[in-house]
Order: sequence, then structure tokens, then C-alpha cells
Amino acid sequence: MRRYTPKDNVQKKAKYTDRFYVTPSVPREQVEEGSFFASVVENLKSKNIELLDTYIELGQLVMKIKPEDNVKAITELKENSCFKMCSELSAVDYLAQDGEFEVFYQLLNLDKALRARVTTRIKQDQAIETIVGVHKMANFAEREMFDMFGIKVNNHPYLKRILMPDDWHGHPLLKTYPLQGDEHAAWYEVDKIFGKEYRDVIGPELRDPARIDRYDTQRFARVGHEVPFGADPSTIDETEVKIEDRYSKTFATDYTTGSKELENRR
Amino acid sequence: MAQHQVNYASSGGLPVVLTSADHLINWGRSNSLWPLTYGLACCAIEMMASGASRFDFDRMGVIFRASPRQADVMILAGTLTKKHAEFTRRLYDQMAEPKWVISMGSCANTGGMFNTYSIVQGVDRIVPVDIYLPGCAPRPETLQYAMMMLQQKIRRESANMNKNKKQRFI
Repeated sequence: MRRYTPKDNVQKKAKYTDRFYVTPSVPREQVEEGSFFASVVENLKSKNIELLDTYIELGQLVMKIKPEDNVKAITELKENSCFKMCSELSAVDYLAQDGEFEVFYQLLNLDKALRARVTTRIKQDQAIETIVGVHKMANFAEREMFDMFGIKVNNHPYLKRILMPDDWHGHPLLKTYPLQGDEHAAWYEVDKIFGKEYRDVIGPELRDPARIDRYDTQRFARVGHEVPFGADPSTIDETEVKIEDRYSKTFATDYTTGSKELENRR
Repeated sequence: MAQHQVNYASSGGLPVVLTSADHLINWGRSNSLWPLTYGLACCAIEMMASGASRFDFDRMGVIFRASPRQADVMILAGTLTKKHAEFTRRLYDQMAEPKWVISMGSCANTGGMFNTYSIVQGVDRIVPVDIYLPGCAPRPETLQYAMMMLQQKIRRESANMNKNKKQRFI
């Protein structure tokens, strides 16, 4: 099994230490004068929406705005620039790097088949205003954002976890959340079904799927060393009998001993 | 009056079969195993194929039932999430005794490739398992073989389920 390492400061460390490695980056282009995107940007500026940065990435317009302008900007893009559809909305965890989340709204102009992305940065405990009034799809997407990152959304009609159970602790898409779960996650189903006192009976999770416990006579057995179900573990050393493997030697080539049973059979 | 004389005492002539209650009950149980229609993930596709005409589970007396009250076997076919574990246990509790569980595929056996926070790491953490069926996903023949192994297990054991050994917790 792959060794598990703590992921607390994973963003602070460089993933690649190869000195010749160049982190790939997507080229950014300026918005050309007279293009459709330029008119979009001009329109937003004329409505007193401050654009912190504007560029084109892979043919998509990216606009960075202040978090308090989000509803105004997205309404404006929908009404006057024909970005009628919001195809995705979520956040990116930059907490270790900048202490901030990046919330993004991916918009689609159905008439011109062009896409734009509105991004904004918020602090960890900062809430953001809902855009459900503008795009209905934001209802589920903002719930997912709340579920996965713990970002509160103001004035959302029904802000509740959507993927994880309601009584779950923690927000799994945070970089600080361990992949194999914290203690609450490890015992979640046991606590819920049987109660905390059953933890000792059921035992901790086995995180190595290939692990076979020789003295566990209730679960998997070693192939060729099968013992009766529920046999007393202390007697295994005496009673265990090696059963000759019936499968590989008669039906396939045994590469370890070099004999070619399969070809002989032909 | 018979046209010819029948010698009831000769071998095979007696219209009587002698057996034990265990054999008779287990014969009935093992030849009409009704599993619960309970597909969780991609293994369910193989389970459906096993039930359909090409592989034909019906010829073994295996008929899928849509209610836990009518089912004898729970085939846990696929990834079991921690959110869903509660409902699996409830369905298991709703099944009438005697009942058996087949854990189908790697995900149900051990969590498989989903070594993550949200997946139950082996369904034997919540229900006692009788047959572990390996594979990702197991082919329909393998599921049929597992069902035949379960039949053999039922025939071997006592008809009184209280006398049989079960997995640790219940």
C-alpha cells in the first residue's frame, strides 16, 4: 500500500524537486480592442464594477472582481452580455498559500458560444452572497461548495450539506482534510449504527486491502491454508495444513518453477 | 389391484424416502435462495446480467425480490459509502431469518480502490458476511459460483440458524 504522509503543509512544500522541472502554465492573452470580450469588460466598468484583473485564457475571458460585487457582476453579465448560463460554481483552496479561497463562476454565452469566468477571493471566515436569484443552478452548487469547503453563503434558500451526511464533521475538499478521514470519519458508520461502545467490538478500519491476518478465522484466509470458520486462533499453529494449490499448477504455466504444464497438456 | 406384483422390499421399490429434518429444510432453503435487489455500484450491472437470460439465475431457484421482507440473501454489489451504511444495516435488519450475505467485489470486501474517508472499508464492519466474492467487477459466472458455494454452506450447516457460527458482532 502507498505510504500515507500527513498533508497539513502539502501546499507549502514543492511537489517536484527536479531542478529542471518547469511548472506548466497556461498562456494569458490581453483582451483585444473591438472584440466581444472587450465590450463585455467595458460594460462592466460602466456599471461601476471594479475589475482587479482581466485576461483571456484558452479563449475564455477571466475577470477578477471583489467578493461584494459578485451578484451585481453576474446579473450584469446575464442581462446585458448574454451570459445566460452558469455552468459551474465552486471554490479553490489557497488557504496555505494566501489564506484565502478563490470562488469562481463559470459562465456560458449561448448565442456566441463563448465562455467567461468570474473569480473572486474571500478570507477563510468570510461569507459570500448567493447568486440563486440570478442562476437557479447555484442552489445545488453553492450547497456543494458549503459542504466541501465550509464557505457560508448568505441568503441561500436552503444551505445544507448535499453530498456528505448532515451530521458529518469537517469539509472534505479542504487541503488540510486527510484523505483517509479524521477520527470522526473513521468511526462514522460504527457510531451511527451500533453506538460508540461497539468501537472495541468492531475494531479500527483496515486500510490495507491486501492484508491477511493469519489468526483471523472469520474473514479472509491465506490461499492454501484455509482453516475452519471461527476456529480457535490459538490452535491454528498446530491445526493449519497446507492444501496444495489446485488452481495455478494444472491450468496455467508455472513461471516460478520453469515447468510448462500448459504446453504439456496441449 | 396391480396388474403385476410389486416387490416393495426390493432396492428402490419402497415409496418411502428417509432423511433428517436438517437435510429436508436445507434442501428447500438452498434451492430457493431469493436475493434482495440491491445494487450499489458497477457490480450491480454484473448482478443484473446474472439474473437475465444468458446466465439465468432462475434455473438455480435464485429469484430477485424487491422487498427485504421476502429476501433470504443480501448481495452487497458495489461500493458502500458511509452515508449509506445506515440504510444497508436497516435493510439487513428487516430481512427475515434465516438470512445470508454475499459481499460482491473488491469494494464491498475491503473498500477496494476507494481508500478514502467516505467509503466503508469492508461491509463486514456493519453486517456479518457469509461469502466474500473477489473481483472488480466479478463476472456473472463468479456470482453464480458464489451462490453455489452459499448453497453448499447452507446444506453443510444446521437448519437451526442459532447453532451456526456467525461473524463476530451479532
